[in-house]
Amino acid sequence: MTSQSTLAIEATGLVKVFGDTRAVDGVDLAVRSGSVYGVLGPNGAGKTTTIRMLATLIRPDGGSARVLGHDIVQEPGAVRRAVSLTGQLASVDEDLTGRENLILLGRLLGLRRNAAKTRAAELLEAFGLAEAAGRMVKNYSGGMRRRLDVAASIVVTPQLMFLDEPTTGLDPRSRNQVWGIIRALVAEGTTILLCTQYLEEADQLADGIAVIDHGKVIAEGTPGQLKASVGTGALHVRLLDPEQRPQAEQLIGRALGAVHLEPDLAALSVQCSDAGRAAEAVAELSRSGIGVADFSLGQPSLDEVFLALTGHPAENDSDQQPDAIAEEQPA
Amino acid sequence: MSTPATEASLMTEADEAAVRKAISSTSRPPTASPLSAAFTFGWRGMLKVKHVPEQLLDVTITPVMFVLMFTYLFGGAVAGSTGAYLDYILPGVLVMSVLFTTVYSGVALNTDLTKGVVDRFRSLPIWRPSPLVGSLLGDSVRYLVAGTVIIVLGVALGYRPDAGVGGVLAALALVVVFAFGLSWVFTTLGLLLRSPNAVMNAGFMGIFPLTFLSNVFVDPSTLPAGLEAFVNVNPISILANASRGLMEGTASAADIGIVLATAAVLTAVFAPLTTRLYRRG
Repeated sequence: MTSQSTLAIEATGLVKVFGDTRAVDGVDLAVRSGSVYGVLGPNGAGKTTTIRMLATLIRPDGGSARVLGHDIVQEPGAVRRAVSLTGQLASVDEDLTGRENLILLGRLLGLRRNAAKTRAAELLEAFGLAEAAGRMVKNYSGGMRRRLDVAASIVVTPQLMFLDEPTTGLDPRSRNQVWGIIRALVAEGTTILLCTQYLEEADQLADGIAVIDHGKVIAEGTPGQLKASVGTGALHVRLLDPEQRPQAEQLIGRALGAVHLEPDLAALSVQCSDAGRAAEAVAELSRSGIGVADFSLGQPSLDEVFLALTGHPAENDSDQQPDAIAEEQPA
Repeated sequence: MSTPATEASLMTEADEAAVRKAISSTSRPPTASPLSAAFTFGWRGMLKVKHVPEQLLDVTITPVMFVLMFTYLFGGAVAGSTGAYLDYILPGVLVMSVLFTTVYSGVALNTDLTKGVVDRFRSLPIWRPSPLVGSLLGDSVRYLVAGTVIIVLGVALGYRPDAGVGGVLAALALVVVFAFGLSWVFTTLGLLLRSPNAVMNAGFMGIFPLTFLSNVFVDPSTLPAGLEAFVNVNPISILANASRGLMEGTASAADIGIVLATAAVLTAVFAPLTTRLYRRG
């Protein structure tokens, strides 16, 4: 029905203003049907506000967007009929059991009583929650809650799913489980808009990524393009003696280029994708009598992507508050 | 039932296949009708009464304590005998008990808001006010339970209303109708304040003094003139009067009319306000 080239989301110049803050300041997005599109940025960058506009929860103050061909302001009902939203706060009812949550949504989406019950049982089984089905959600672990949340979003399979930081706060195993579920969704043809703070997550799942900062898209491309623009990797070094950092900075800077000084006074990092050159630089440190506590060669962190793209480190606005709270309460 | 037990089950390849199967096995049903959506939210409200009975207990215990303390401590002094005083305060405490419960409508809505459930509901293709209308249906169950507790307690203590069962039911119905109107004030508050606790505090800060500055506990003719004037126009006094009248078979149409009109005005002002705030999110 839909060809590969059709756009599931087409946003032009979206703007949302809360008081004096332009939370979203002219965002353009083009998301292909059947793809996973990552929106990458720190807390307060405008990710959640963008998702909430596209999911028709709030009206944009400027710009326009079509979701699955429907205008988000003119035809919000048609948009809601085809999408589902998994919010940042794990939007399930804590005072109900897992089973009751899924039956509730099944009924609201138009399933008959028995069909809703059958569907709930099927999803609980598939998501590894059958055992906990009769327990109140407030007693679920973070990972279980997140899985229930995603299950709740596919009680009736949506054409497009909004996922807002689905793995923030999860342990690595739960995170892998959620990633597995997302891959399964994509394999079945659901388009996904994924907001995340983690470059690795976007890298693992997304076909295309938009990096967003202070309400603006500052870079866009495939994960490969994005990383190439930043440098494909980074060498992280921690010294035994913080006093020696200026010296180490000089040495490594000469060998590999501009050095980034970490908040940890003994640590520094530099963009580098060549393992051989990185090893040589570390060896050079030892030869010069600078003690190295540990070093690693890894993917660039979101911090480094930001530093490279914006020239300033990714700052989390309004200390550690989740996006939803930081952005959505203008009062 | 230990939480980690289920967590330990790793998501295997088989699970992923099951997830894929679960995803592919639905077709979209026709959208739920407004009525069906509202009733589903009503069902949710009742499930909450079942799972979190403490909430109901909180608001019921205070009125029960008041009935017992006031009747036996002050009954003799205020009305000459505990029996005569019970006749006077029981319909009043019925009013108080149900009106206290209305604060929880706002608390529950604020809880949904802060927990993020509202976002999910608002993203569904359903009649937009259905979560609000549905929770009113669930709330009515709580109002009836709160009211029934007080009536049963009264009967157990020897309260025998002249108008019998019919009069008691009419009084209960009138109180519940007024509670519907008042609950919109608290749902509005629930959408404006930042936390469930703030809603609870603000709600009781308003409802508590209003209940005491009424004729629920004392005959206003014994009060200083200024206070008496206020107590006499307090809608809670008029509601308590009307309930007493219905239970004794001496209700004045004027009182009942004022109560119904007040409920209608509260609904007309605060229901659209609540709906607008809820839509805006």
